[in-house]
Amino acid sequence: MPFISNTPQQQKQMLAEIGLSMDELFGDIPKELMAKSFELKEGLSEQQVRNQLTELASKNSIGLTCFLGGGFYDHFIPAVVQAIVSRSEFYTAYTPYQPELSQGTLQSIYEYQSAICRLTDMEAANASLYDGGTAIYEAIMMALRITKRNKVIIDNSVNPIYRVMVDTYTRNLKIELQQTENKEGLANREQILEKLDEETGAVILQNPNFFGCIDDFTDIAQAAHEKGALLILSCYPISLGILKTPGDMGADIVTGEGQSLGMPLCFGGPYIGFMASRKKFVRKMPGRIAGQTKDQNGKRAFVLTLQPREQHVRRAKATSNICSNEALCALSAIVYLSLLGKQGLKETAQCCADKASYAYQRLTKIPNVKPHFKTNWFFNEFVLDLPSEAPEVIARLIERGLAAGFPLSRYYKGMENSMLICVTEQRTKQEIGILAENLESVL
Amino acid sequence: MKLIFEKSVKGRKSFQITKNEVVKSINIKPELLRKENAILPELSELDVVRHFTELSRRNFGVDTNFYPLGSCTMKYNPKVAELIASYTGFAKLHPLLPQLRIGGMLTQGALQVIYDTDMLLREITGMAGFTMQPLAGAHGELTGMMIMAAYHNDKGNDKKTVLIPDSSHGTNPASAATAGFKVKSIKTNQYGVMDLESLKDAVNDDVAGLMLTCPNTLGLFNPHIREICDLIHSVDGITYYDGANLNAIIGKARPGDFGFDIVHLNLHKTFATPHGGGGPGSGPVGVNEKLLEYLPVSVVVKRKDGTYSLQYDKPKSIGYIAPFYGNFSVILKAYIYILMLGAKGLQRVAENAVLNANYIREKLKKYYHLPYEGICKHECVFSASKQLQENGIHAIDIAKALIDKGFHPPTVYFPSIVKEAMMIEPTETESKETIDAFINAMIEIAQLAKSDPEKLKAAPTTTPISRPDETAAAKNLDIANL
Repeated sequence: MPFISNTPQQQKQMLAEIGLSMDELFGDIPKELMAKSFELKEGLSEQQVRNQLTELASKNSIGLTCFLGGGFYDHFIPAVVQAIVSRSEFYTAYTPYQPELSQGTLQSIYEYQSAICRLTDMEAANASLYDGGTAIYEAIMMALRITKRNKVIIDNSVNPIYRVMVDTYTRNLKIELQQTENKEGLANREQILEKLDEETGAVILQNPNFFGCIDDFTDIAQAAHEKGALLILSCYPISLGILKTPGDMGADIVTGEGQSLGMPLCFGGPYIGFMASRKKFVRKMPGRIAGQTKDQNGKRAFVLTLQPREQHVRRAKATSNICSNEALCALSAIVYLSLLGKQGLKETAQCCADKASYAYQRLTKIPNVKPHFKTNWFFNEFVLDLPSEAPEVIARLIERGLAAGFPLSRYYKGMENSMLICVTEQRTKQEIGILAENLESVL
Repeated sequence: MKLIFEKSVKGRKSFQITKNEVVKSINIKPELLRKENAILPELSELDVVRHFTELSRRNFGVDTNFYPLGSCTMKYNPKVAELIASYTGFAKLHPLLPQLRIGGMLTQGALQVIYDTDMLLREITGMAGFTMQPLAGAHGELTGMMIMAAYHNDKGNDKKTVLIPDSSHGTNPASAATAGFKVKSIKTNQYGVMDLESLKDAVNDDVAGLMLTCPNTLGLFNPHIREICDLIHSVDGITYYDGANLNAIIGKARPGDFGFDIVHLNLHKTFATPHGGGGPGSGPVGVNEKLLEYLPVSVVVKRKDGTYSLQYDKPKSIGYIAPFYGNFSVILKAYIYILMLGAKGLQRVAENAVLNANYIREKLKKYYHLPYEGICKHECVFSASKQLQENGIHAIDIAKALIDKGFHPPTVYFPSIVKEAMMIEPTETESKETIDAFINAMIEIAQLAKSDPEKLKAAPTTTPISRPDETAAAKNLDIANL
């Protein structure tokens, strides 16, 4: 079923009108370059493909109760989000190069940028980046352009999935990546201050960090600024419903994974990287930016602005190579944030924190289950130490219908028995109880 | 139209959170909390729905209008793919699940989608293996350039220059530079393809590789493609195929057979996944045998027992370029599209895309200057130079006049090697009637350029706004409502 509109008769008619045969239309491809093989099955009907894919979907287990987080969260998504992003006026459009017929997309991006700024307490935001990891990489490149330096410090409490990505992207670029080892689950201030010098372009931290711990980086921002370096802060947008803002801490560039703002988990994507900064840095920012202006009649209008930073104008000298970003995901985010509103986001964040603290109390009552970091505040994730290796315990709990958490040994030495547990507002008291009972019985 | 923030009414709520039945047991200390709530809108659900529905009506999409935006392949996006991607078996799947012991067995369907799509793309392109992870076309380019760098590092080659024709997409030089290479631009010859002599002059031991789009941004197929690949290989360079325009040759010819080492595809172009107003996209990268070991981790592999798993153990891999396995639901939609079209369907895609483009080329060449004659592939590039010279009408005026006639304009001012360029890509999904209507509109505009040029300069008049002041936007820089 090729979705082609022309009938064979029309095809013939068109060929006749231009005086060419189909073979002649491909006559510019040398014969020896024609495909050597093209062995695909016969096309399927809609009915066949739906049956086939329904079967594949059923091979994925979605019945597990989810306590998995690690930067990717099972939050509730109101039906309105899907209803709006399913409007094909949005999803079948392309990048709004022609503003007169793209005011819908452009205004939604402007509103998204505004909401991201309000959430993070920053002054400028772009239209989106691919994900939270590439957003950190882009923030590093931006910070190094601003400071004209080549050294960055990253604490290992930053999501390890993002740290390995940053490693890949910076490998050939003569950038010195210095890693510090978290101290008791928090960014290691001693090591950061020791490494921070006049060649440091940026310090990269995360709040809440990968272990779920909450910190206040005001002191590190000050220390970085004294040395002429910037603070890049990756954050979890739902937590900003209640937590101290990156702007308040003095962060210069704020990034994060926006999946929690109304996007399904969807086996890893599409997600959205957000980026915000101080306004003075905006000309060094990567990606699309929507701006407000007026049309010829003085009416409010929105356009893509500061395009001379971008690849289609600057080519090799652009601030980034990004072209397609995650515009439709930005729409999800702004619809989600508009629906939850001022009060709803706070309540959602508070509910996550309350349920996580309840789960923490409940689970640490199990004999031989102990908190890994005893003294820290956490948002909706925390680390527990089990009496045996976590991967095995988690496997046993999967058999009982629970995705109980993420084993930290995959990324951290000496944490073989540690498990990261996440509790969103979706989890119920009963589900937390079931987790506790099952964990106790498999140990 | 008001901003959503301007519609806010103090105390109005739409979202109701489920009653929290647990008792708060830990209070986060106040110093770690935000001082004031984030100032988000206070609206009812109807307010929100009406606002965004109104915004949607201020947009053109493929579903509402013919959208011949050159180089972007704005074809119809099948609804069944949207439906299937929303199945909870796919949409609710946590990406960390297969990284847990026995968790992989609970994601077999999703892993198979990725594996099968990889296999199908191999056959479609003639490459030896793909990574499905790149999250957009330009992300694929960057991945490809990092693979190129890894190859040369591994072989101990000290090569810094990447050759790119001046007709390339802007992302090509940007991606090469982002990966740490120097870019050298190669000019286009009088026939509209990369000049072979200039290329020969530029090829030396410092050349790490070449990035080429074929057919190029003029819609022209370079007949010397094999010779070009041989030339680059003669200095141990890597040939990179920008597959943005694969729609023109799919099922007919394969970049792997041409001699390309790396290929990226845009699933949101050739494989009919929606563009989303500027993403999400997906840009899988395929390589030939000699580069397989450098592909990013993880890779989905099929075990002997027929099950699928993730492989991480690849010592020469460039590493991790995405958090997980790519933009999964985009890959899924492309997979559905390929399954539905099959071999014959995909061949018909190329045939009708090329036929529609050549039909427009033939019908409009009397009215607009065609800088490069001859058969084109998926798109044709005209210039408004005649209208500019005779009547002071620019490509942008023609573009805006098309809007009033109900069409999305072609890509204008690109490729930059054509003055006043208008790059028209109709795609295969459009019918003769639609294309005839577009051609008639273009002819009427050419006539208006002579009879009433002021009317064209005033266009568009049917849209929610008239032409916006872009200079003021950059100067005043209002990019967030705070």
